[in-house]
Amino acid sequence: MLVITCPYCQEAREEEEFSYAGEAYIARPAVPEEADDATWGDYVFHRKNPRGWHWEQWQHVAGCRKVFAVKRHTVTYEIAGSWTLADGKALYLKEQA
Amino acid sequence: MSGYRIHRPGERINRQKPVSFQFDNVQYKAFSGDTLASALLANGVRLIGRSFKYGRPRGIVGFGAEEPNALIQLETGAHTVPDLKATQVELYQGLLAGSTTGYPSLDFDLKGLLGKFGRFMPPGFYYKTFMEPVKAWPVYEKYIRKAAGYGHAPVLPDPESYDHLHHHIDVLVVGGGAAGLWAATLAGRAGLKTLLVDEQAEMGGWLLTERRSRIDGLSGMDWVSQRLAELASLPNVSVLPRTTAFALHDLNLVQAVELLQDHLPLTERNAALPRQRLHKIRAHQVILASGAIERPLVFGYNDVPGVMTAAAGHSYLNRYGVAVGREVLVQTQNDAAYEAALDLAQCGVKVMLADARQGGAAAWRQQALKSAGVELLLGHGIAKVLGDKSVSGAQLVKLDGRNNQVVGSGPRLSVDTVLSSGGLTSTVHLFCHNGGRPVWNQQQLSFVCPDEGRDNIACVGAITGRWELSEALGQTHAAVAALLLGHGRGSSGNAPSVASEEVAAPRAIFRLPDGKPEGHGAKAFVDYQNDVAAADIHTAIRENYRSIEHVKRYTALGFGTDQGKLSNINGFAIAAEALGKPIAEVGTTTYRPSYTPVTFGALAGPHVGETFDVRRYTAMHASHDARKAEYEVVGQWLRPWYFPKPGEDLHAAVNRECLATRNSVGVMDASTLGKIDVKGPDAREFLNRIYSNAWSKLDPGKCRYGLMLDENGMVMDDGVTACLADDHFHMTTTTGGAARVYSWLERWHQTEWPELKVRFTTTTDHWATVAVVGPDSRQVLQKLCTDIDFDKDAFKFMDGRSGTVAGLPARVFRISFSGELAYEINVDANYGRYMWEEVMKAGAAFNITPYGTETMHVLRAEKGFIIVGQDTDGSMSPNDLAMSWAVGMKKPFSFLGKRSLLRSHTAGDGRKQLVGLLPLDPKVVLAEGAQILSNTDDTVPAAMQGHVTSSYHSAFLGRSIAMAVLKDGSKREGDTVFVWAHGKSVPAQVVSSVFVDKEGVRQHA
Ligand SMILES: [Zn+2]
Repeated sequence: MLVITCPYCQEAREEEEFSYAGEAYIARPAVPEEADDATWGDYVFHRKNPRGWHWEQWQHVAGCRKVFAVKRHTVTYEIAGSWTLADGKALYLKEQA
Repeated sequence: MSGYRIHRPGERINRQKPVSFQFDNVQYKAFSGDTLASALLANGVRLIGRSFKYGRPRGIVGFGAEEPNALIQLETGAHTVPDLKATQVELYQGLLAGSTTGYPSLDFDLKGLLGKFGRFMPPGFYYKTFMEPVKAWPVYEKYIRKAAGYGHAPVLPDPESYDHLHHHIDVLVVGGGAAGLWAATLAGRAGLKTLLVDEQAEMGGWLLTERRSRIDGLSGMDWVSQRLAELASLPNVSVLPRTTAFALHDLNLVQAVELLQDHLPLTERNAALPRQRLHKIRAHQVILASGAIERPLVFGYNDVPGVMTAAAGHSYLNRYGVAVGREVLVQTQNDAAYEAALDLAQCGVKVMLADARQGGAAAWRQQALKSAGVELLLGHGIAKVLGDKSVSGAQLVKLDGRNNQVVGSGPRLSVDTVLSSGGLTSTVHLFCHNGGRPVWNQQQLSFVCPDEGRDNIACVGAITGRWELSEALGQTHAAVAALLLGHGRGSSGNAPSVASEEVAAPRAIFRLPDGKPEGHGAKAFVDYQNDVAAADIHTAIRENYRSIEHVKRYTALGFGTDQGKLSNINGFAIAAEALGKPIAEVGTTTYRPSYTPVTFGALAGPHVGETFDVRRYTAMHASHDARKAEYEVVGQWLRPWYFPKPGEDLHAAVNRECLATRNSVGVMDASTLGKIDVKGPDAREFLNRIYSNAWSKLDPGKCRYGLMLDENGMVMDDGVTACLADDHFHMTTTTGGAARVYSWLERWHQTEWPELKVRFTTTTDHWATVAVVGPDSRQVLQKLCTDIDFDKDAFKFMDGRSGTVAGLPARVFRISFSGELAYEINVDANYGRYMWEEVMKAGAAFNITPYGTETMHVLRAEKGFIIVGQDTDGSMSPNDLAMSWAVGMKKPFSFLGKRSLLRSHTAGDGRKQLVGLLPLDPKVVLAEGAQILSNTDDTVPAAMQGHVTSSYHSAFLGRSIAMAVLKDGSKREGDTVFVWAHGKSVPAQVVSSVFVDKEGVRQHA
């Protein structure tokens, strides 16, 4: 059981209050019709599933219902932090660069 | 008999409070403070059970959580609890218990006869013996089941309650012995929010048994009292006895179960309070002070009742005032067991002590024993115990000083009790539950926790292999002081002072040799509960099981309710010897929660019955009850299924309801449909993106059926959405999909399109909905409402109006899930029942007929309307459902799932598509879920063409109808297919899935 901090409520709460909402920052092709089957298939089906740090989305379903970003380690379950989607994206992009 | 009471200073029983109890239908007397085990021993009862495999007589071996044999059934009826350890059951007045084994009776056991031929039951016996013939297995099973197992589960509902409590604290200390008490004291003094838990009724751990030590000049138990008084005075510290920390999860989440009322007579339990409480403890820092458990030595017939651990014999004496025998042989390989021998001898018990070491214990201990009249047999080991249902003696042998070999015969002693000590095993379980590995300590002969613990988990005391109190407290003080420093706090006080004593090293011996090759001498048990003998481990290794995990599974070593607390190290050591490897290399099996068994009641807590899965009732429920509705559960809702009249079954009622609706008027509670209020300047654009069809041209006052696709292009939900104003929509979803769709909308809005100005509010519970359905529905509505024009051209199919119905503000939608002229009246949920009854009154003249979900299903199937989740399964696209009319491929924004519809697989041939089926025999109703084949003579494995998704008898058509998904179904109208179910193949014709009113005349009436 994780303890997750909601960046909107600014409180650490039990995992039971949240729903996992998948990998974060998956880019939906801007013009889907121009994506070939392979590209579109990657977007719909393929996920990073890393052994290590993972940027993911959680929704505070039993709270403010906001979706936000969490950076979590898939082996140790350590949580490096949680951010609004916008704030997290800047960090995420910096890491990817 | 053997055991008897003896007065001991500091005993933990209350002689002023006698207690009577019953075991196996015999009445006994004991005292408050006894456990069931101490009470039975005091009454001379030794035979407690029969062993699992061989039916051998078994008695009490331990005195706590480690007990493998004494599993009992407590109480009867609804209060019965199986497989409790007698050593952990606190005695109360009127307690009722019985043995869990022995067939047909404990004293005469059939398996016991089998056990005499024990060497013919090697590991894997059941696999090897009962494999052939396969057909005979049920016969074997019947008898094996009767003879096997321990106890029986209760069959009545649990009359007691349980609850859950969450803690968020700084420090959790597990274990209330000397080390745990000192750790809690230091954490408490430093002002940290601290919780101390211990599984026993009293704090003190080994100090409850061991009475010689002095801490800071006080007796052990006086020091414990001083600690408890100090902890009680600290507002930041809580102490929970009778609380077992049974699991340690990631991020320092510890689960502990507190036995609040198990120690009380059933009649004295407070029904308003829980029997047990599950604590979910989140601690920044966990301090494990769970101590160590003494393991027995392995020798021939070491399972005869009357053979116990030395720690058990010692504890029964000092804690409960019970001498376990009159003539006791103590067999040891370490110094600690001398303490038990000394205390017993000083109580007048005749004691002999055999030590596997040539030199024996530290000189001062040997001297003390000799002064107390104890006969010492150094360099001796037990070859075998004598006696059948009780110990009558022991045959000793002389041991080699270096190798584990016999060098000569020893005396044959006449004793009634054998206590053995193979040294201590650290209780490392919690440390290992989420991946921690214990390390082998060759000096202390135990797997122990590393001194450094690990992140946010400290290990103190005997769990690190420090058996001597002085060392344990010294290490505890240092470890906790370091931890407090890490938290920016100092520690106050010095380490408690305890005189250190000279100790001789233990001998690395686990299985005492008897001079015979393994398997030829007397059976020497390693795991009592699973009847695993030393020879079985050798057999497993001879049969090439190399990993200790495999040896465990093949022999069953360490399984069961005791989880190998006594047996594991001995088993690992014997395996190591057979493999010719050091124990450290063999390693341990995996430690998993729970440390000790936990009741389902505690785990479930308050989440039982109606609170397990919330049951939702519509505002009209009382009306349905009054009309004697039968119900079904849909999502969490309880919905009327059908409304039987006296004497009607489901089919009769549904036929009547269908005909009434098609011929005059029916009424249904549609309140459970999910409703979401969508509002904002960009609401319309949002709908365009989230639905497959177009919403740009839907005017206020109009409704539209919408399909929701996932990004894979498959149908995930559907429903009618009404436009209330240019920026305001009333969306409906399927009953079961409401919560999912609500999250779906929010997530797309927040993650992909945050720039859209739109808000969602779930309004499912705000509106109560009455669907008035059938040719006479207009007249019913007209009687109830005067401010809406119901003329067919003024209020058309798929129009919505606001007005006053039965005096209430209402939203009325002319929509239809039956193909009939129909209206859905939505009012404030608080008026739901009133509205329902007003509709019933207004419809009385038209034979208005309430109907439930079954009739709704038949009516919609007659029209070929899908139910998402029944006719679809997440692999159906709108095209597969012949619903491309609901897909706006020309919409400017690429709506969810659109691109996937063009993928080669989704757009290709060979997909399963929705069709109608008419069985050639109109009386046959096809089985839902039945597979569809192309030929009657298909053999296994047949090429499956699809399956039936919905199937009913249609009273209106006077025949059976079905919906199905069929490979390339859209091109197969007119084909005959074969529907296979229950061993029969039924022919049916492929037709359009619209069976009634293909032109839609009725719904536009
Ligand atoms: Zn929140």
